[in-house]
Amino acid sequence: MNLIETSKLQKIYVLGDSEVRALDDVSVNINPGEFVAVMGPSGSGKSTFMNVIGCLDEPTSGKYLLDGIDVSKMDRDELAQIRNEKIGFVFQGFNLLSRTSALENVEVPLLYNNTPPKERGDKARQALNALGLEGREHHHPNQLSGGQQQRVAIARALVNDAPLLLADEPTGNLDTKTSVEIMELFVRLNEENKITIVLVTHETNIAAFSKRTIKFLDGKVISDRRTAQ
Amino acid sequence: MISIPSTLKISLRALRVNKMRSALTMLGIIIGVAAVITMIAVGKGTSEKLSQQISTVGSNMIIVLPGSTTAGGIRGGFGTQMTLTRADAEAIERECSAVYVVAPVLNGVAQVVYSNQNWSTSVYGTTDAMLEVRDWPLFSGRNFNEQDIRNSTKVCLLGQTVVDKLFGGMDPLNQTVRIKKVPFSVIGVLDSKGQSVIGQDQDDVIFIPLTTAQKRIFGTTLPGMVRTIAVKARSADDLTRAEEQITQLLRQRHRIGPNQEDDFSVRNLTQMLDLAQQASKAMALLLAAIASISLLVGGIGIMNIMLVSVTERTREIGIRMAVGAKTWDIRLQFIIEAITLSLIGGIIGIILGIIASKLLSSFANLTTVISPFAVILSVGFSALVGIFFGFYPAYKASLLNPIDALRYE
Repeated sequence: MNLIETSKLQKIYVLGDSEVRALDDVSVNINPGEFVAVMGPSGSGKSTFMNVIGCLDEPTSGKYLLDGIDVSKMDRDELAQIRNEKIGFVFQGFNLLSRTSALENVEVPLLYNNTPPKERGDKARQALNALGLEGREHHHPNQLSGGQQQRVAIARALVNDAPLLLADEPTGNLDTKTSVEIMELFVRLNEENKITIVLVTHETNIAAFSKRTIKFLDGKVISDRRTAQ
Repeated sequence: MISIPSTLKISLRALRVNKMRSALTMLGIIIGVAAVITMIAVGKGTSEKLSQQISTVGSNMIIVLPGSTTAGGIRGGFGTQMTLTRADAEAIERECSAVYVVAPVLNGVAQVVYSNQNWSTSVYGTTDAMLEVRDWPLFSGRNFNEQDIRNSTKVCLLGQTVVDKLFGGMDPLNQTVRIKKVPFSVIGVLDSKGQSVIGQDQDDVIFIPLTTAQKRIFGTTLPGMVRTIAVKARSADDLTRAEEQITQLLRQRHRIGPNQEDDFSVRNLTQMLDLAQQASKAMALLLAAIASISLLVGGIGIMNIMLVSVTERTREIGIRMAVGAKTWDIRLQFIIEAITLSLIGGIIGIILGIIASKLLSSFANLTTVISPFAVILSVGFSALVGIFFGFYPAYKASLLNPIDALRYE
């Protein structure tokens, strides 16, 4: 079974008199355990695609099955629940809560599925340790480097054991060396932990870490290639 | 859904981060709650003081005053004509079913001397029933008895003020005082009653037997004449009936024709004081109403700050939504934040209100009574203010689109 299965996804924005087709008949299947890079120039629809498969946005028409569940007709709260259970997000700007410790940042997803406080702390600490952040639990984001902040964000994305990790330009704010470190981390998570990763980027050297590249242009998929590794 | 303790923790952190702002927002609620508590305390204190004074007058009390003279078109005030007699008093007691007990009074001011001290005070000639009419217990000694009245014995009961002025710290019982040079033996001392509603010292008084007053102290033109008759009705419900019965009986006894004016006046003291108390209650309500406006203003302050806070934290809301916060998770977070603000403000307000009430009563000579009811009311009200004024910002936050919220700078 596919982890992500979209058929004829359309997303249409109406701006005054003109229609903008951000997604135009996008049908993409992604299997569990894949590492996919989504590429395309700005305005190509890749971000809209990510928002839709991340259950942050609803398609105008078309069908989207996530882990076999039809999410295209779900309401806000049901979508929130799906995001909590199945999806981890990593953003370009890290999006950590400021003035909140690393540990508490990682705990946030667990707050919304009623994990008992003790278990919450244990799981968050484990997730941080797995990403080499021992001893940084009580640091606030402004006391951490960019790479460390992104690793806290990845720990937050993984803490709920979500099968799907969506990363939107995760290396956009990082220097080259740190970018490579983060990408290697993604590769390791994909290979060792069998986590499905979908990553948006416009840098080919970043996309090169993935096993499959989907290119968008004007709301359409123009190429979908598996890279031999 | 997120648990309340976790939400509370998030809210407390948010409030701690903006300490100054939280404190200023709370200030509105603090002032509002403190004002409500103080105003209710002042209002309640005033009305309780009044009702205390009402009880010192004697409950269910009616006073019968003599009428006025009319000589050559000039009408004197009440009491210028002595129309009441002891027989009238006895008839009232005998014939009016709504009346419980009656005490005729002949009073005046006289100089009282003990040893080398002297004092001018009100001297009341009355009967043993007086203490019952006025609900006035004895501090020590005994009341008059019927023999004292019948035989015009020279005995007296002293009020506390008179005891203080004449005897200092000494026990006055069985001592002899001279009233208008007539020696009287002190047989009892009255309990202290304090000030009357109009601020008169009710303890500046001497009671002597009515007959003694008539014969020895205040010469009267008519035998058996009295100045007023104090009446106690059987119950508060009987007051009006007692008034009617007394009026009817006295008109009959004084042979007043159907078109003639009464030569006496019946006054229901309790009723008058009840009116005063109602007025003070209305005043207290008004004070509380004005104070609650400041509480309302404080609530609007909370709403204002919460709206700013929602805008400021749009990204945080986006992050929380992205990782699974549902509509009510977000709402609860902001509502609890507002409630926390208003409750903490409310508690500080209560403490300040209590302190202000105490200060008022010790420095401004106002009686204040802090009622647990007012305290509970203000706590409940400030929590309600939090829910009410916190809901709109929370509602607004929960409607944010997660994508837009995440991109918000």
